[in-house]
Amino acid sequence: MTTTTLSASAAANAARRGSAAGRIALITGAWLTFALFLLLPLYVVLSEALKLGFGTFFTALVEPDAISALKLTLLAVGISVPLNLVFGVAAAWCVSKYEFRGKSILVTLIDLPFSVSPVIAGLIYVLLFGAQGFFGEWLQERDIQIIFALPGIVLATVFVTVPFVARELIPLMQEQGTQEEEAARLLGANGWQMFWHVTLPNIKWGLIYGVVLCAARAMGEFGAVSVVSGHIRGYTNTLPLHVEILYNEYNHVAAFSVASLLLALALVILLLKQWSEARLSRLKSAGDEE
Amino acid sequence: MSRRISPVIPGFGLTLGYTLVYLSLLVLIPLGAMFVHAAQLSWDQIWNIVSAPRVVAALKLSFSTALCAAVLNGVIGTLLAWVLVRYTFPGRRLIDAMIDLPFALPTAVAGIALTALYAPAGLVGQFATALGFKIAYTPLGITLALTFVTLPFVVRTIQPVLADIPREVEEAAACLGAKPFQIFRHVLVPALLPAWLTGFALAFARGVGEYGSVIFIAGNMPMKTEILPLLIMVKLDQYDYHGATTIGVLMLVVSFILLLLINLLQRRIERP
Repeated sequence: MTTTTLSASAAANAARRGSAAGRIALITGAWLTFALFLLLPLYVVLSEALKLGFGTFFTALVEPDAISALKLTLLAVGISVPLNLVFGVAAAWCVSKYEFRGKSILVTLIDLPFSVSPVIAGLIYVLLFGAQGFFGEWLQERDIQIIFALPGIVLATVFVTVPFVARELIPLMQEQGTQEEEAARLLGANGWQMFWHVTLPNIKWGLIYGVVLCAARAMGEFGAVSVVSGHIRGYTNTLPLHVEILYNEYNHVAAFSVASLLLALALVILLLKQWSEARLSRLKSAGDEE
Repeated sequence: MSRRISPVIPGFGLTLGYTLVYLSLLVLIPLGAMFVHAAQLSWDQIWNIVSAPRVVAALKLSFSTALCAAVLNGVIGTLLAWVLVRYTFPGRRLIDAMIDLPFALPTAVAGIALTALYAPAGLVGQFATALGFKIAYTPLGITLALTFVTLPFVVRTIQPVLADIPREVEEAAACLGAKPFQIFRHVLVPALLPAWLTGFALAFARGVGEYGSVIFIAGNMPMKTEILPLLIMVKLDQYDYHGATTIGVLMLVVSFILLLLINLLQRRIERP
């Protein structure tokens, strides 16, 4: 070995110098991967949408079916995100503030929907509430429609987005511990006062981060919603399903126009995510310095 | 149940109760209902469904493409995480922010965009055509779509671990005469492997179940490019609930066994 003749620091310098060429190669590789995998698809969506000019682009967006799909998507997001927000806070609260047997199983169960295919998420509700399902007859007698209607779409959306808020909050709240809450209690705050004035300000950015991720998935969910929606145009079509229908009708320009609307929403979500993440890490580093 | 309740913090019963009821009603009971439905079938019926050539072909395709995509992500993801953590260069923050695009972008949008890109006449596909092969409408196209939608998993699990490894450790190894590959093999790989496996498992599980981004680029030819989730969809459209349910259960069981194996492997690595 040459180490016997080289001083240790010279070896370290040589290693650094040797890595300069490797470094440029790796950075170039990362840029190429980024451009090829992430930028090109974005470019394709926009260029296909604007192929026939801005006129056709806007026509596809203001068409009544597109508008009703947008409304349905917003409605489904508007119902499912708050549900999972409340669940996420409750779940993170009991997991992070107390010790109890079976906690790790509970955490695994909270994450379970992530490893279930969205198509299965739709299927299980069809088995329960569909015409042939366990509650099918009972629902039919009472004229309640769940599958091929809004409740089914909301259920499927809620299922696939269950873990998002809880997942962000659990590590954050575990790190923060219980001292501040205990202090608030000892100073005479009741349960709600403690939650609103102590816990909530502490978890605010993690909560926003989780909600942003949850909303992104809820807005774009396709497989699960596709199973339960029945694809009734103007009634049970969400935006992603509307994209599919237009695409399968070979109406590619309209499909990509609606897709670019979803793309714009996705970019807004990325910005919001970046912003809440930055606030979160600033909060954490401030905490570390204390 | 033995538990240690923090004496002054209220809400244990309320929050645990709410969590359990919510999870049971929305996740556990519906999933259980699928297993109950499948349990009503005899073993012969179940075997007939899962041994049908079309189901076997879809099973192989789904798991092999998800595996390839997860491995591909293991390489690309490690490269991206490494570059983002270790180097400062123009565009670093942009790339870092955009890594999450596949999670934010609806899968149907990813699906049609990738199809347009990799179709025989598409922006990238035309080069493949010139070289005499196809990307879209083949397993290769499915793998690429899965790689796209699962790209963030490996990057995001490795990034924090990599940031925590002090550079001095590598420098010390270099001073002791280790060559770059030896440093990689003996210093970085052991430190990164648990996180890498987590990212790999997440990407794999997501890839097996993925539907939206794949159905556009797959071409969906039975026996050739038909994935398992699509087959469930096809059975449902034919009102074949037994078939759909059995395939669903099969998919969940195989996925869980594989995730369990990855989990065990991870524990062995973490506690040698």
